[in-house]
Amino acid sequence: MASVCFYFQVHQPYRLRRYSVFDTDHNYFDDQKNGEICRKVATKCYLPANQCILDMIRVHEGRFRCAYSITGVALDQFAAYHPEVLDSFKRLADTGCVEFLAETYYHSLSFLYSREEFNAQIELHQQKMMELFGQKSTVFRDTELIYSNDVARAAHELGYKAVIAEGADHLLGYRSPNFVYHPPGLPISVLLKNYRLSDDIAFRFGNRGWAEWPLSTEKFAGWVNQVNGCGYTVNLFMDYETFGEHQWSDTGIFDFLYHLPGAVMSLPDNDFKKPSEVVAAYPPIGEFDAPHLISWADTERDLSAWLGNAMQSNALQELFNLEKAVKAKKDPELLHDWRRLTTSDHFYYMCTKYFADGDVHKYFNPYESPYDSYINFMNVLDNVATRIK
Amino acid sequence: MLGWEFPPFISGGLGTACYGLTRALNDIGHHVIFVLPQSVTTEFTTHVALRTPAAIKGHIPGVTSYRLDEFNNVEFRSVPSTLQAYGPAGPGGVTEVHQHGSSLTSMTDPNAPTTAGVSGSVITGRSTVNASAHYDGDMIGETERYAAIAVALARNEKFDVVHAHDWMTYPAGIAVARAFNKPLVVHVHSTEFDRSGEHVNQRIYDIERRGVHMADKVIAVSHFTRNILLGRYAIAPDRVEVVYNAIDTNGKLPLPSTIRRDEKIVLFLGRITMQKGPEYFLHAARMVLDHVKNVRFVMAGSGDMARSMIELAAELGIGQKVVFTGFLRGHDVERVYKMADIYVMPSVSEPFGIAPLEALSHDVPVIISKQSGVSEILTHVLKVDFWDTREMANKIIAILRHPPLQATLREHGSFEVNRLTWKDAAEGCVQVYGMAIGQYGKRK
Repeated sequence: MASVCFYFQVHQPYRLRRYSVFDTDHNYFDDQKNGEICRKVATKCYLPANQCILDMIRVHEGRFRCAYSITGVALDQFAAYHPEVLDSFKRLADTGCVEFLAETYYHSLSFLYSREEFNAQIELHQQKMMELFGQKSTVFRDTELIYSNDVARAAHELGYKAVIAEGADHLLGYRSPNFVYHPPGLPISVLLKNYRLSDDIAFRFGNRGWAEWPLSTEKFAGWVNQVNGCGYTVNLFMDYETFGEHQWSDTGIFDFLYHLPGAVMSLPDNDFKKPSEVVAAYPPIGEFDAPHLISWADTERDLSAWLGNAMQSNALQELFNLEKAVKAKKDPELLHDWRRLTTSDHFYYMCTKYFADGDVHKYFNPYESPYDSYINFMNVLDNVATRIK
Repeated sequence: MLGWEFPPFISGGLGTACYGLTRALNDIGHHVIFVLPQSVTTEFTTHVALRTPAAIKGHIPGVTSYRLDEFNNVEFRSVPSTLQAYGPAGPGGVTEVHQHGSSLTSMTDPNAPTTAGVSGSVITGRSTVNASAHYDGDMIGETERYAAIAVALARNEKFDVVHAHDWMTYPAGIAVARAFNKPLVVHVHSTEFDRSGEHVNQRIYDIERRGVHMADKVIAVSHFTRNILLGRYAIAPDRVEVVYNAIDTNGKLPLPSTIRRDEKIVLFLGRITMQKGPEYFLHAARMVLDHVKNVRFVMAGSGDMARSMIELAAELGIGQKVVFTGFLRGHDVERVYKMADIYVMPSVSEPFGIAPLEALSHDVPVIISKQSGVSEILTHVLKVDFWDTREMANKIIAILRHPPLQATLREHGSFEVNRLTWKDAAEGCVQVYGMAIGQYGKRK
């Protein structure tokens, strides 16, 4: 008996426009570019992928189940630029086979800087889930799978039954990510990402140089089956943009997705479970101790993609230094602007790690260099500061 | 190897490049005979950084020959000449270029301006605004005289390839290669379009064009320059290879400046000519000063636009915030880098640009124009279009205001610049020599 637990991350940041030190207006965000990207990704990924998932649920009569974590800023942009995407997610919610996880509305790093803001953003996100999908989340994930024992404690205090984390080798050691764990001394479950199998889909699927290419559903289902006897659940956690955006449609990724449930469930004991169902079905078998922060990023699985250099820590510190003053102003627009600056992507763009090597960081970066992004961000932040004086 | 500049008497990056390249070629075991115009020898040989010539063996009257102790495999030959490539051409007096036909008498002519006194004035002439005052106006004739001497010199040498640096040495390169049936490699450090924009000197362009077309292989210092060669000189793409310049960092970290100042310094260092975009620097300075008060702008260098830049600074009302130092060399260059908080290279058209590497090796954050070859290989610098003075000012202000930005640029920049070595450049040249020899063999 093996369960497959899919969770797809859906997120789009509000990218900043080019904002020079000579600008004085309060229009910080690049409406045109954000709209373009939103519509492009909707066409390539969100709409066809949602349709695919809906078909899978119908074909398998509810036996295919999965979860999404959709950020508030992504939902806001769907509403503004492509409302059809929202409708398609609502249709998925209506099937009862889809679960929505809790996270910070603004996809922020607020856990690291302000517990008050962290809680507030989760609360905002929960309201949104209820408003759009009529669901209350029971499983929490923090931005970029940032996790530590402290994150688990915070989630527990907020009433969540489980937290999502990366199945980091350096913490698991010989142990398998295919069990449910608990943090030291806390009655909350931790679901760990099986990064090998997740990345086979998310990163390697279309790679013709990969020894396993082309990846068939039968082969993948075989790997899932091997879990039988040494685990309960294969947690496949990935960016939703994998489907159609990172792996283009012509790689066959949608066919793969569509036929996977059939291949996995060809063995009668296998099934698909939503995260909350995994938590209900399988008790924690041991302790997952994460005294330091981990994430799902890069090979380091740490926070260096957002906090790896002096610019990043300076920008974050300066940003959160304004929190009290921004809130004291009681100006909803100002607060919303400030909160949209807490989105982790702004700091990811400032990452100098690997910058010279032109890797994945560059692909997602709308700036020519990490330095340009820092300068731009700080110019915006300077302007925000003028609004609270 | 045919060149006309060698440290410390340089007006641009060419001398620095020839120095670094020959030293690295020497280190990897290639024998180089470096032929220089006379004008650099007098003070050159007494410069502290370079030792006294170990051997002197003159073959031709007026030709000095010597070795430098640190260059075991490099021999230097200097010939009487007043070549001054980067100076403004004097009006008239330009003689026709003859194909290698000049007689040896012309170069040994005692009346020719070849004495130490004249060469000394060429050196200073190069370094001051009134360069043309000492200039005899026959620059192109000089290239031909230099060619004749180089041919004469080469009779006594054994060599496999002729390597000519920039247009002044192309006629010599062509002449030597033809006379001795050797392949020719020309190394393009700059083109007439970089130096003069659209107002090219037709004669120089013709020499350049002939040089790159006669060469078996062409080395461009960047893809930026390679594109100019393809677009403006109609040269076949497969004949141009890119070999980037580098810098000698000695692995030493510069000592942090102990001077504490309230005032920040933004540095322009280079020739004050159209090519280097000095006016964009001043226009950006004007905008910076609207936002930041405790900053001073230093323009180090000389050139035909120096006077008009002083006037422009006054016109913009920032005269008291801009310092013109004149031409700097040696120790003064070191000092000005150490004082600087930002180095800006706003060049309109920069084939490579070694100065930003020097700034980085002095731990100075750098802003460079995208219209430069060096921007192809540097990532930990800020880049702007030279004409976008608003963005230039935006970036200057950001560096001045945000210490974490300075720190990150410094940290990564010095790491990056340490990876650029002359050894790699020399190996690139050796590869090109191989191609040229192969090409030449096929042609025969």
